[in-house]
Amino acid sequence: MAGDAVVIDAADLVMRVDGLQLQRGPRAILQGVSVDVRRGEMIAVMGPSGSGKTTILRAIAGLERFQSGSISVDGVALTGGGASSDTLRALRRKVGMVFQFHCLFEHLTALDNVCLAPVHAHRVPADAAKRRAMELLAAFGVDHRAGALPCQLSGGEAQRVAIARALAVDPPVLLMDEPTASLDPERRAELGALLNGLRRQGRTLLISTHDEDFAQEFATCIVRLRDGVIVPDARSA
Amino acid sequence: MSVILVSAVSAISAGSAFSVVAAQAPRVLRWAGDPEGGAPFVEADPSRLDRLVGFDVEIAGLLASRIGRTPEFVNIRFESIDQSVARGDADIGMSGIEDTPARRTALAVTSPYYEFREVISVRDGDASRFRSLADLRDKRVGTLGGTIAYEILLRAEREHGLHAVSYEDDVHPYSDLVIGRLDAVLLDNVLAERRHRAMRGFTIQPETVAIGHYVGVLSASNALLRDSFDDILRTAMRDGTLERIFRTWGVWNEDQPKLYARVLAGEPIPPVVGFDTSGSVATMSRWEAARQYLPSLLRASVVTIVLSCLAMGLAVVVGVLIATGRVYGGRIARLALVGYVELIRGTPILLQLFVLYYGLAAAIRLPAFVAALLGLALNYAAYESEIYRSALEAIPVGQLEAARTLGLSERQVLTLVRAPQAFRLALAPMTNDFVAMLKDSSLVSVLTVLELTKQTQIFATNLGSWVIPGTLCAALYLAMSLPLAALARRMERQWRVTPS
Repeated sequence: MAGDAVVIDAADLVMRVDGLQLQRGPRAILQGVSVDVRRGEMIAVMGPSGSGKTTILRAIAGLERFQSGSISVDGVALTGGGASSDTLRALRRKVGMVFQFHCLFEHLTALDNVCLAPVHAHRVPADAAKRRAMELLAAFGVDHRAGALPCQLSGGEAQRVAIARALAVDPPVLLMDEPTASLDPERRAELGALLNGLRRQGRTLLISTHDEDFAQEFATCIVRLRDGVIVPDARSA
Repeated sequence: MSVILVSAVSAISAGSAFSVVAAQAPRVLRWAGDPEGGAPFVEADPSRLDRLVGFDVEIAGLLASRIGRTPEFVNIRFESIDQSVARGDADIGMSGIEDTPARRTALAVTSPYYEFREVISVRDGDASRFRSLADLRDKRVGTLGGTIAYEILLRAEREHGLHAVSYEDDVHPYSDLVIGRLDAVLLDNVLAERRHRAMRGFTIQPETVAIGHYVGVLSASNALLRDSFDDILRTAMRDGTLERIFRTWGVWNEDQPKLYARVLAGEPIPPVVGFDTSGSVATMSRWEAARQYLPSLLRASVVTIVLSCLAMGLAVVVGVLIATGRVYGGRIARLALVGYVELIRGTPILLQLFVLYYGLAAAIRLPAFVAALLGLALNYAAYESEIYRSALEAIPVGQLEAARTLGLSERQVLTLVRAPQAFRLALAPMTNDFVAMLKDSSLVSVLTVLELTKQTQIFATNLGSWVIPGTLCAALYLAMSLPLAALARRMERQWRVTPS
């Protein structure tokens, strides 16, 4: 478990998932999941395939409608039955998401992928957005690939660009779905270091993963799910 | 009225059957005509639609019986009868076919058996002011394409500044005259009088613009058969058989006995009287004719390219709206759009053009070019929308979700992420459709728009050959489509997502 000296104010709750129930047709995906996350934590959500770990991330990102319970992220609250477009817009300033397969926009360069949301969704002037995007790409070591199209990037490069894109509007919470799924051990260690760096900056991370070693090494705590239910006493720090 | 039972067979099947039939007795006489709006020449019997009636039907029956054959009708479009006869699809063409220098040059032409007058028809209210072609400066005057009347109008365009409008049938010029799309019609008195009996609102002017004759046409290699037919026709003129036939159809008049007297006296009958055909392309060398027609072919090419570009532009806009509605719209909107797409895809474009131009004329009188533009655009929009819809649906859901998590609105997801990628997927089929539209635009000649193919057809009819007109036409289409294809390839390269 990550033992880095991260100073966290215990009262500084950045995200609360409370009694989340999510059903798809007759199938219950999440059955009353509750998690509290403090600023600067890195929570690893683990569990077998189909246990609901990716669904939690998608619900927090506003991509899944849930039936009951609530999600609150840095003052923005979602409740069961769907959210208004204003709430979703506010939520998306608070939460960035990196998908398992990165989902970079294939027609845009790495730089344009990172600049798209700040310029068009958040009205950041193009020059400022570009400067910030280059800083992010440089911070993740892929600034030399700024002009490349996604199909010209390696898997590791694409992931870093996707992280830069998710952080371009500076959300306090970053969600990552299976971030180590396609990385070799060296790239996996680099990713761990990168995420620790983000955590040190006060960013909160929630990752879904099958990778027990990665979770043990880098997460501040692990939440284990089975059949949409948190396994009792599994949250560990 | 005598009626001949005919079996309409296609030109192709008739051609292939000929060698078999020709070897057996009794042989048939295959005669070509166009029954579309063809009374009193050739038309389906209103009481029994599988039978044909008309004076040409009766004359064909007469010619066949006198040489011991059974008449067999071959249904050929009016403007293609010369070419079909020349290539052997039928033994003789008879469908109100005019004697022209081009036909005399390219085909074996029978003795004229009927004399007609080219007459001007105008709306009743204009009868006192539009009496001759010279009175029709800046006015639109319609006629049947590929006829002497059309040549007369082309000459009058230069001499009197009127606008000649070519139709593919002899009914719509009169309906368009009555509703105001045309200011006058120039056609045979036979056709004018027939329409006048069925339709009110126009007056046939008494002055004769030119005099012409109906003949039968045979291939140039069939001159012997033509001579036999001439003998039969002369006998029929002498013994009153032709008079009886024409009286049956109400078209006998005092011009015919004079014509018959001249034919029986062996006088040479000029193809047209009152209109100088010495400048006809049929009398020129092929290259001189091509040189003379090239400017009009180029003008027609401009019509084709302008029409295609505008129609494609509109089709793309409407296609994008339909596709967007189908992907994002509610259930009722989606159902309505599917209905539109299936209606358009499931019916012929020619039918759509006719409905738009003629069918809706009572409610909205679209100018021919606008109707052509709308017809092509609305038809192609249905096909384009399917390309765009499938391209939009081909963009992975993950891309759209990623865009949403970044805070983009649904409209921004569409315009910034989904549509640009879909456009790249749609580009190749779109280009393909554009090239197809260049060629499909030839269909709008049915709405009197004189585009490249129609102009070529007129050239070929007047020249009596398709070789040079066809070659020039193909070269012009290629000159338009090849740069388009090259531009499309360049755009595809430029916007290709995968690395080169």
